[in-house]
Amino acid sequence: MLVLNDDQMMLQDAARGFVTDTAPVAALRRIRDEKVAEGFDRDLWRAMAAMGWTGILVPEDQGGLGFGFVGAGILCEEMGRTLTASPFLSTAMMAATALSRAGSPAQKEHWLPAIVAGDAVIATAVDEGRRHDPAGTGMRAERHGNGFRLTGTKTYVVDGQAADAVLVAARTAGSAGEPGGISLFLVDAKARGLAVERLATLDSRGAAELTFDGVEVTADDVIGAVDDGHGLLEVVLGVGRAGLAAELSGNAQESFTRTMAYLKERKQFGRTIGAFQALQHRAAHLFCEVEIARSAVLAALQALDADPAGASLAVSVAKSKASSVARLAAQEAVQMHGGIGMTDAIDIGLFMKRMQVASTLYGDADFHADRVALARGF
Amino acid sequence: MDSLDAFRRETRAWLETNCPVEMRTPVTGDDDICWGGRRWVFKSEAQKVWLERMAARGWTVPGWPQDYGGGGLSHEEVTILKEEMRAIGARSPLESFGIWMLGPALLAFGSEAQKQEHLPKIARGEIRWCQGYSEPNAGSDLASLQTRADDGGDHFVVTGSKIWTSYADKADMIFCLVRTDFSAPKHLGISFILFDMTAPGVSTKPILLISGKSPFCETFFDGVKVPKANLVGTLNRGWDIAKYLLTHEREMIGGGGGGLLGGRSPGQVAASEIGTDGQGRLADPFLRADAARAEVDALAFAATMTRYKDEAAAGGKGVGDKSSVLKYYGTELNKRRYELLMRAAGHEGLEWEGARTHDGERPRGWLRTKANSIEGGTSEVMLDIVAKRLLQLPNA
Repeated sequence: MLVLNDDQMMLQDAARGFVTDTAPVAALRRIRDEKVAEGFDRDLWRAMAAMGWTGILVPEDQGGLGFGFVGAGILCEEMGRTLTASPFLSTAMMAATALSRAGSPAQKEHWLPAIVAGDAVIATAVDEGRRHDPAGTGMRAERHGNGFRLTGTKTYVVDGQAADAVLVAARTAGSAGEPGGISLFLVDAKARGLAVERLATLDSRGAAELTFDGVEVTADDVIGAVDDGHGLLEVVLGVGRAGLAAELSGNAQESFTRTMAYLKERKQFGRTIGAFQALQHRAAHLFCEVEIARSAVLAALQALDADPAGASLAVSVAKSKASSVARLAAQEAVQMHGGIGMTDAIDIGLFMKRMQVASTLYGDADFHADRVALARGF
Repeated sequence: MDSLDAFRRETRAWLETNCPVEMRTPVTGDDDICWGGRRWVFKSEAQKVWLERMAARGWTVPGWPQDYGGGGLSHEEVTILKEEMRAIGARSPLESFGIWMLGPALLAFGSEAQKQEHLPKIARGEIRWCQGYSEPNAGSDLASLQTRADDGGDHFVVTGSKIWTSYADKADMIFCLVRTDFSAPKHLGISFILFDMTAPGVSTKPILLISGKSPFCETFFDGVKVPKANLVGTLNRGWDIAKYLLTHEREMIGGGGGGLLGGRSPGQVAASEIGTDGQGRLADPFLRADAARAEVDALAFAATMTRYKDEAAAGGKGVGDKSSVLKYYGTELNKRRYELLMRAAGHEGLEWEGARTHDGERPRGWLRTKANSIEGGTSEVMLDIVAKRLLQLPNA
């Protein structure tokens, strides 16, 4: 059934109430204006941990809720409505997935309780240039004694500025462009030779450029299999893409809702502008697009719950569609708000800025449309 | 869950035994679809056998109550039946306006006698129905219709004309909107009646379309006598039924537009016709980019149809005004689909007759889709409904 069950609806209600009260758009403005170094509020993150959000994807036998991807997506969607900044995507979704699926017993024991407690932030470092291109990973991991030595630069690492550890994709064999030969490492963020440069970002959230200058890691720091990390990387990225798609759906729904309220309130030419058919039809078209994106997102989350390794098509449909629909929603929101939509005083512009970041990360609408076409035989 | 699994196993086994192999091949032309009716000539013995076997189980209308010839299946069971039929490529045993439109209307608004009289015949494919809605001067503004049904004592006398009556020349019966009160506001003087297309005073004239085909007719009524027992629901409240049916129709037309259930997507068709590069990408990059976006939209739209149906089932209600979302988006998608197919076809899409192109199947299909965003309520009317009823935007 492509609908939420009772438990999921309860989670949605609780999450909506929480982010509306505790982490509204004003909280993001505060992070931006006060230049909060970590890019999120630690107290808020601990409150999320207290509610179990940090363990939503961690299995119950490892101290989490094991609630599943639909639940995690619900949280992303609600945080998308309020532009809530947190390491939920990087840590509670992507890192928790990597660790619980492929972590060694020692890695799980060390990191999963810390994630669940809200004490650890783990970033995933994949891309090396302007384009998302996981198979294009070129960063070198040269064998060195019993371990490896990592050299290269990772761009736009989400939450890299606050991370305690970094899940990093590097090449132990093959060459850039080949899926084979990629290995994943879980590297301590304080490792010697790892330089973290915090980026000042469009959406005021945390991201960093990481430079690895001969960072030494041991064989115990490998997560998954050496040379064969691409499959795990794709699962972790799939989870991140689905989380972003859900967030973009929430972003689109909220900017749409605010625009509808404005159309019913603003008067020009002696009438409410929402009475003009030119605007009505654009609003109605946008509503249809938002509805269709929502369905694609739910289908992707359910596909992940059914089989994280087999959800790639559904996830790409969702990420592509949610990215383009959130873009349309942001553009229409600014245009229909008119001049005031261009001002920093109202929130619409913040939704547009976050849309641009979330739609670009881990593959934009085009990247995922290409994958959908390939998966469908063209 | 266990009982649904058991249902799936039983259904799979039954279909395997009972669906003739000839009925498991793709539909290639109009006459592969069984419409039923008094004058229906089966294309093959297999088509006849398949209809009879499915009708005997009530599976031509699996969700209808068994008392009226249906299968009495739950929403989940109907879904399973469709999935299992799709898995073996089984054709639908019967399609008709009776199944799509009149049946649901009678189930919601008909008297017990009307249900007993008409529903089993629809389920068995014995009577073919057509729909009398639009008139020459009542298209998008349907409620301004002028076909009159005057009181003749124990019967109505129907006079006027309808247009865009699908397959009126092949139908046995018509369900028809008529005006029974000319003094009331336009929505409150309309009634919903049923009558025989062989009744004296009924005539039809097919309309030649740009596709070269004539699926629609003009239909004329000249003093047709209709027994009052054939009034469905309450006199002058026919608009309620009309709206209910339009909702149904829009859901259906929108669903057809998804285009992924039966056939291949335009990107897939183009790949087989134009070819792909070494990495499996369609060799025309411009067409590929547009086809890829259409693929994303079609898959997301298919999920939306599923979601709306599941939400309706979970809430115990119909899809309601959201059918306008499906109708608008699905039909616009289907037009895009055929634009892409025409780009893939190139010169081969320019032939109108001849065996090689199945008599210009593709350009005719392309032209046919142009009606999708007009029939059953234009895209613009759908957007009006979304704006007013779903978004509560103010009236001009």
